[in-house]
Amino acid sequence: MSNDITGHNEAVHLGACADAADARMGFNRILEKRALTPDTREFQVLNAEIASACAPGQFVIVRSDEKAERIPLTIADFDRKEGSITLVVQIVGDATMRLDKLAAGDAIRDIVGPLGHSSEIGKFGTVVLVGGGLGIAPVYPIQRAMREAGNRVVSIIGARSRNLVFWEDRMRATSDEFYLATDDGTAGEKGFVTDILRRVIGAAPKPDRVIAIGPPVMMKAVAEVTRAPGIKTIVSLNPIMVDGTGMCGGCRVQVGNQTKFACVDGPEFDAHEVDFALLTSRLATYREVEKRAREQHGAA
Amino acid sequence: MPQRPAAVRAKDFTEVPTGYTREMAQIESSRCIQCKKPLCVPSCPAEIDIPGFIKAIKDGDTPGAVRVLKKSNSLPAVCGRVCPQEVQCEMTCVIGRKGKPVSIGALERYAADTELAKGAAEKIEKALPTGKKVAVIGAGPAGLTVAADLARLGHAVTLFEALHAPGGVLVYGIPEFRLPKAIVQQECDYVAGLGVEVRLNTPVGQSVTGPGLLKAGYDAVFIGTGAGLPSFLGIPGENLKGVYSSNEFLTRVNLMKAYRFPEYGTPVLRGRNAVVVGGGNVAMDSARCALRLGEGRVTLVYRRTRKEMPARAEEIEHAIEEGVDVRELTAPLKVLGDENGWVKGMECLKMELGEPDASGRRRPVPLKGSEHVIEADQLVVAIGQGPNPLLTRNWPELKRDKHGLILVDENLTASVPGVFAGGDIVSGAATVILAIGNGKKAARSIDAWLKAGNRPAD
Repeated sequence: MSNDITGHNEAVHLGACADAADARMGFNRILEKRALTPDTREFQVLNAEIASACAPGQFVIVRSDEKAERIPLTIADFDRKEGSITLVVQIVGDATMRLDKLAAGDAIRDIVGPLGHSSEIGKFGTVVLVGGGLGIAPVYPIQRAMREAGNRVVSIIGARSRNLVFWEDRMRATSDEFYLATDDGTAGEKGFVTDILRRVIGAAPKPDRVIAIGPPVMMKAVAEVTRAPGIKTIVSLNPIMVDGTGMCGGCRVQVGNQTKFACVDGPEFDAHEVDFALLTSRLATYREVEKRAREQHGAA
Repeated sequence: MPQRPAAVRAKDFTEVPTGYTREMAQIESSRCIQCKKPLCVPSCPAEIDIPGFIKAIKDGDTPGAVRVLKKSNSLPAVCGRVCPQEVQCEMTCVIGRKGKPVSIGALERYAADTELAKGAAEKIEKALPTGKKVAVIGAGPAGLTVAADLARLGHAVTLFEALHAPGGVLVYGIPEFRLPKAIVQQECDYVAGLGVEVRLNTPVGQSVTGPGLLKAGYDAVFIGTGAGLPSFLGIPGENLKGVYSSNEFLTRVNLMKAYRFPEYGTPVLRGRNAVVVGGGNVAMDSARCALRLGEGRVTLVYRRTRKEMPARAEEIEHAIEEGVDVRELTAPLKVLGDENGWVKGMECLKMELGEPDASGRRRPVPLKGSEHVIEADQLVVAIGQGPNPLLTRNWPELKRDKHGLILVDENLTASVPGVFAGGDIVSGAATVILAIGNGKKAARSIDAWLKAGNRPAD
């Protein structure tokens, strides 16, 4: 159906005419794409509005194409002058595989953001930031902001193995102390981030705050380490999301004795109140459905 | 109105009523006696010149019929399908006193569909540019109507929409088999074609804010953010896997086309034993979607009786014809789960009807000792949708009632100068046509306010 789109309507998103207009403007265009690990990609995307408005801790909802699922991705970095944001994506399922099909120069069809409450940044004293696996990416902008706010920053990052570690340089550059752990010892120390965290807590001065982002099992482990010493610990939760603006409740998590929506009440919550078992359980909701689809139709 | 038979249609998402042929439209439009003082028009929330468009159909002039329709209603293909005509125009139709009323809705749909099928939209007359800018928040039926009416009056309109497609409930809520999304897109394209700047993927209340829009130079703001907050029962077990709010379930199925998974990437659970709690149109939509998705049973649980259900009679009938098992006078107590965190059933209580409550309907009273378990491997909670607070939580000057609905006067003016509101955000979850009616009224109020030289406070 042909639309008579007048000149001032460059921002219209409907129909084929609109796609062409957007592409001309560079909206959501991928500026750069690189592989950080065998299954992780870093995308630098042009979106001036989000780049100018976002703050550490916030996320976007992304749809790579017409048929793709809407998925949440934390804003891992942003360049307000260039008007770009950085997204780090782990390629694990249909939606992320569709995203991985895009190359520099392509446009991501839909990006909504910034969403969620931004991290509480302040001068707390000593702040320890723990990033596990993909969690390294969302930790980075918070760590940088904490450093700029005048905190003594201790950075602990971990991954299963050396080839799964990324952004080591960025994390070193924004911290006063830096530690790296790998399960198999192929980089840094052999062990878990929680082993290092215990040591750091044991050494004076006791941290004033711990931020931990990574797989639920990691965030839960960090919460248990900091519970007894009573250190305020913030985690960023990653439940399944659909709309990201609080209209569907798909991302509901239990914090204390209350149900919260991670998209509008979070994504950060007090780690000592979070029901990680429920989060882990709900994250598995579509595992069977998706497995059957892959088996029936072949992997994408 | 011819319909696809229940046994066939309950297996797919193709539209249920098949629409009139030209012959049927000719016959039906001839039944209208073109009253000098029509009783149907005052019952139409959009004030459509009903005899006018019907006469055009009778004369074989469907473009003319649509021109008459679009003077009052920018979304005729939508309304022809989802309006509760049986309690509006068709209820007061004078012919209906002695026999069947004129099928006004079916005729509206016929005219609108015929013109949409032709493709190229007719050029609509617009007034000269006024130089005024209006921000419309929410591209649902209210927002689309305000945007279209104001654009025709010559104002520059920007329509903000949080989702990646316009339409609001028309795309995420009402299923494909009641309202095809291609039709909705065409209706939205018509609005954009009037010169409205549509900004998708832009929720207002985060980086773009209401007060921010006023500061940015918009001369007026209309809020049509709808009923985008899910209501849960607040009973134990509601966070188990397999429990959906109706908003999530319908959004996955309708907006994200999960019924075509994995061709479309968004999955939805297809229970063998789905239970839907509620009695409104959204509950019926949820039940009928579950029926089409699942391989088994769908049970609808409602705490009063069918008589008290707020859903359209037609939708309840369709649901029952298609095989939904309705359990009246039944209320949920708790959701039961298995050892893997999946819903496996719902413990319920039987109810009986007591004295009327605030809504005027008889209050459900629990029957002691009537606890029983209904098996379920999927639960959809469709007990109502409230106002989403994203826009309003950081706007204290915008007065709301205790439910979070925006307070307005009879001109749909809100408590902040230059701000207007309408649709579900004002009334609570209601119908598409009421939202459209609000949209028209708000557009008139905004136009008058702007032409009087008013400006929002700085």
